[in-house]
Amino acid sequence: MKKEVNYSNEFLKGLWDINPVFKQVLGMCPVLAVTVSAINGLAMGLATTFVLVFSSLIVSLIRKIVPNQVRIATFIVIISTFVTIVDLVMKAKFPELSKALGPFIPLIVVNCLILGRMEAFASKNSVIRSLLDSTGNGIGFMLALIVLGSIRELLGNRTIFGFQVLPELYTPMLVMILPAGAFLTLGLLMGLSNWYVKKKEQEEIELIFSGYRSATTLNTQTELN
Amino acid sequence: MTVERSDSLNQFELKISPHLHSGWTTKKVMWYVNLSLLPCVISAVIFFGWQQLFIIFTSIFFACGTEALIQKLSKRKISIDDGSAVLTGLLLALTLPPNFSLWATAIGSAFAIGIGKQVFGGLGFNIFNPALVGRAFLQAAFPVQITTWTMPNYSIDSVTLATPLAAFKFDKIITPLSSMLIGNVGGCIGETSGIAILLGGLFLIAVRIVNWRIPLSIIIGVFIFGGIFFLIDPMEYPSPIFHIFAGGFLLGAFFMATDYVTSPVTAKGMYIFGLGIALVLVIIRLFGGLPEGVMYAILFMNAFVPIINRYTLPEPFGLRK
Repeated sequence: MKKEVNYSNEFLKGLWDINPVFKQVLGMCPVLAVTVSAINGLAMGLATTFVLVFSSLIVSLIRKIVPNQVRIATFIVIISTFVTIVDLVMKAKFPELSKALGPFIPLIVVNCLILGRMEAFASKNSVIRSLLDSTGNGIGFMLALIVLGSIRELLGNRTIFGFQVLPELYTPMLVMILPAGAFLTLGLLMGLSNWYVKKKEQEEIELIFSGYRSATTLNTQTELN
Repeated sequence: MTVERSDSLNQFELKISPHLHSGWTTKKVMWYVNLSLLPCVISAVIFFGWQQLFIIFTSIFFACGTEALIQKLSKRKISIDDGSAVLTGLLLALTLPPNFSLWATAIGSAFAIGIGKQVFGGLGFNIFNPALVGRAFLQAAFPVQITTWTMPNYSIDSVTLATPLAAFKFDKIITPLSSMLIGNVGGCIGETSGIAILLGGLFLIAVRIVNWRIPLSIIIGVFIFGGIFFLIDPMEYPSPIFHIFAGGFLLGAFFMATDYVTSPVTAKGMYIFGLGIALVLVIIRLFGGLPEGVMYAILFMNAFVPIINRYTLPEPFGLRK
């Protein structure tokens, strides 16, 4: 019997259901360190997505010929190849951004999100599914970084993507672009997302329960009739 | 089945234990502490003008507002009448510089209650002193505004705009003890007057709300650790007396370190806690980049309270073999 594969779900799950930042809580180092501004978040997200997608492609292609004992080393070699490409391209084309992100671009090699997706998904699934999964996870990661970066940039520097949003009257809160601000923002956002998930679950339970209740009342009514 | 009671039984009230109660409820304690801060509020008005009342009211209003809002959202009983939110707001306001911007006060106050207290589950569950969490946030968020000092009224020396601690640290000027006792020196609105704080603090010790062990051990600790450096080089390091009356030391020792929730419960633990605060305080004041370290010293030791409690638990009588 062939397993039913839902392709759109493979892609969509990375955006919310298993969002790398809010649900898997992976790759916290770049999440906390580079999200001083929205543009940094976007650049980091794009770089990570690129590495994730292409490493996934290669790893799922060679998944049947890699011996189990050396798989981690193989993954790291593949990942670092793409990280080197990203690093050199950024240095050549966007020197300022590359300087702003500093050592965090080379550090994508050890981003546990990427190795996690290789180990948990790409090394066990077909090429198409791996591509969809890695794209979804990469975009989910990028969106989370942009949200985090925007909030911190807005409160710490009055701007989003360099455009001034808040009036001069607002005194920027310096703490938001310091490391403490990253922890506060991430913690509050994570709390908010957990609260939302719990509320949804509660509503679902409530829905099932009310359906059950109306069914039983209907039954008793028919019995009475 | 019903239980018939004779008339003589009905005159007894049925209650569960504990049967002996000191009469101190959370509410009563909190309002007594609020009352004991009144001298500080008065000294703030005398030395920095009645405008400081706006800071105090803003801080209290937003502390209570945040508490009520979060308790309403999380469908808990709204308990702003127990005075703990008022106390947090009041303490936070007293540790702010004169003429601090009101909206920043509001943010700090909401942060103190929201992140410092309600995130952990409300009164009794917070790890860190909420007022100091708010103060630390404001220090990190607005580092320039929070170190902008205004000259106090009745100041004898009109040149020194800085606080006694900053004056010593950067210019080696020693502010006279009498000024620090009265309060006509630069500083946060509620911390300058030694007499006003001692009045409230000793009142709290007298009515046994505050355990004397904590303030005493902090003061002894400052005498030990500060005294060692003073004896080594009296020109380079200030005397322990100066340490005690300068900056927010007294306010911290009497009102913040003694917070029931965030201080140890055992007698031995209280001594360790107090000595620890004194050590961290002296290190920050003498060798740190900041002139003042009371806030960080207390927050730092707050983090150790669970472990102190755990290792200083008294052994029940007869258990030892």
